[in-house]
Amino acid sequence: MALIEAKEITKIYRIGEIQVKALKDVFVTIEKGEFVSVMGPSGSGKSTFMNVLGCLDKPTSGDYLLENIHIGGLGRDELAAIRNKKIGFVFQGFNLLPRTSAMENVELPLLYDGISARERQEKALEALKNVGLEGRGDHHPNQLSGGQQQRVAIARALVNNAPLILADEPTGNLDSKTSAEIMELFTKLNTQSDITIIIVTHENDIAAYSRRTIKFLDGRIISDDKKEKR
Amino acid sequence: MINIPSTLKIAFRALKVNKMRSALTMLGIIIGVGAVIAMLAVGTGASKRISEQISSIGSNLIIIVPGATTAGGVRMGSGTQPTLTMGDAEAIKKECSAVSDVAPVLSGVAQVVYGHQNWSTGVVGTSPSMLTVRDWALSSGRSFTDQDVKSATKVCLLGQSVVDNLFGDMNPVGQVIRIKNVPFTVVGVLAAKGQDPRGQDQDDTILVPVTTAQKKLFGTTFPGMVRIIMVKAKSIDDLASAEKQINSLLRQRHRIGPKQDNDFTVRNLTSVMQTAEESTQIMAILLGAIASVSLLVGGIGIMNIMLVSVTERTREIGIRMAIGAKTWDIRLQFIIEALILSLIGGIAGIVAGISSSELISIFAGWTTIVSPFSIVLAFGFSGLVGIFFGFYPAYKASLLDPIEALRYE
Ligand SMILES: Nc1ncnc2c1ncn2[C@@H]1O[C@H](COP(=O)(O)OP(=O)(O)OP(=O)(O)O)[C@@H](O)[C@H]1O
Ligand SMILES: [Mg+2]
Repeated sequence: MALIEAKEITKIYRIGEIQVKALKDVFVTIEKGEFVSVMGPSGSGKSTFMNVLGCLDKPTSGDYLLENIHIGGLGRDELAAIRNKKIGFVFQGFNLLPRTSAMENVELPLLYDGISARERQEKALEALKNVGLEGRGDHHPNQLSGGQQQRVAIARALVNNAPLILADEPTGNLDSKTSAEIMELFTKLNTQSDITIIIVTHENDIAAYSRRTIKFLDGRIISDDKKEKR
Repeated sequence: MINIPSTLKIAFRALKVNKMRSALTMLGIIIGVGAVIAMLAVGTGASKRISEQISSIGSNLIIIVPGATTAGGVRMGSGTQPTLTMGDAEAIKKECSAVSDVAPVLSGVAQVVYGHQNWSTGVVGTSPSMLTVRDWALSSGRSFTDQDVKSATKVCLLGQSVVDNLFGDMNPVGQVIRIKNVPFTVVGVLAAKGQDPRGQDQDDTILVPVTTAQKKLFGTTFPGMVRIIMVKAKSIDDLASAEKQINSLLRQRHRIGPKQDNDFTVRNLTSVMQTAEESTQIMAILLGAIASVSLLVGGIGIMNIMLVSVTERTREIGIRMAIGAKTWDIRLQFIIEALILSLIGGIAGIVAGISSSELISIFAGWTTIVSPFSIVLAFGFSGLVGIFFGFYPAYKASLLDPIEALRYE
């Protein structure tokens, strides 16, 4: 069973009279444990693709199955529950809650999963340790560097043991050294915990960390290359 | 699923970020709740005072005075023509079925002396039934009796103010005082009643047998003539029929023809006072209603600030949604925030309301009563205001599209 099966996915945005076809007939299958990079020029539909995979947006047509669940038939709150349990998001702009400690930011997905305060703390501490931020739990986002903030975001994505992490340009706001550190962290999570990781990037250096690269152009997949050696 | 302690924590944090704004929003509720409580306290105080005064005059009380009234009001000379007699009083007692008791009044002002003390006061010649008619208790001694009235004994009952002025702390029962130089033995002291609705001291009085008053104090040209007759109806529902019965009885006794005006006037004091009480109650409700408008305005303030807050925190809402917050997680977050604002405002408003009621009674001298009901009402109302005005912003927040919200700058 594939983790992700996307069949003939189309996404059309309508702005008044104009139709923008952001995704056209996208077929993709991603197995559990893969490390995929998504590339393509600006406006080619990468973010739209990630939003569909992340259950934040529904395709105009086509079928999307995540762990064999038909996402198309789900309501708002059911989608929220899927995002909560199965998907971790890492954004270009970190998207941490301001004026909220790293610890509480990491606990957030557990909060919406109805997990007790004690268990939340234990899991959040472990996740922070996993991304190398032991002892930084009390820091607020504005007291952390960009790289550290992105680590907190990764810890937040990890904390609910989601099988899938979606990262839309996670290194877009970071310098190359910090970017490399973040990519190494992703690689570690992928190999050690078998977490499926999909990242969007414009840079070949970053894509080089992955073992499969999907290229978009004008809303279509134009290439899908797997590196065989591990 | 929804986690109350964390939601509370999130709400308090959000409110703390904009302390000034939260405080000003609360101020709207504080003023609203405070005004409701203070206005209700003023209204309740006023109607309590009036009902106390009603019961101090005596319940179900009817007063008959000589002279006629016209539709336009009291005619000149009312109460001066000598038309009422002891016989009238006795007839009313005997014939009117709606009447429970009757007391004649033959009164005047007299100089009263005890030892070296002297005092000028109203002396009322009456019968022992005066005490039941006016619901007047004795604080010491005994009443004079019907026998005392028959034999015109020189005994008297003193009001508390007379006792204070003539005797100080001494027990007056058994002492002899001189009224218009006539010696009277004090047999009892009336319990204090306080002021009547017109502000007159009801305790500055002396009661003596009506016959003694006629013979020794206020000699009248016609024996048996009285100034006023006081009547107690059997119950509040009997007041109207008692009034009717007295009217027809006295017209008959005074031989007044069908087209002639009465030579007496029947006044139903209780119903007059009740109208006054009802109108103060209506006043109280009106004041409370006006004050609750300000609570409503406070609620609109909450809604306004919550709408601003939702817009400012669009991105935060997007993050929460992406991470798994459901519709009601988001709604409750904002509703609870609004509720905290309104309930803290409500509690502070209760304090403000109670203290301003105190200030009103100190500086304006009005009786104010903060009833527990008004506190519960105002607090409950402020909670409802919070939920009601918090709901729309919360609803708006929950409908945001997560992608758009995440993109919001
Ligand atoms: N909400 C929207 N409304 C209308 N058009 C949209 C919307 N979101 C995306 N589009 C359009 O869909 C197309 C694909 O956009 P998308 O954001 O997926 O590109 P992208 O590959 O992520 O680009 P970038 O590398 O710049 O992030 C673009 O033409 C864009 O203008
Ligand atoms: Mg993009």
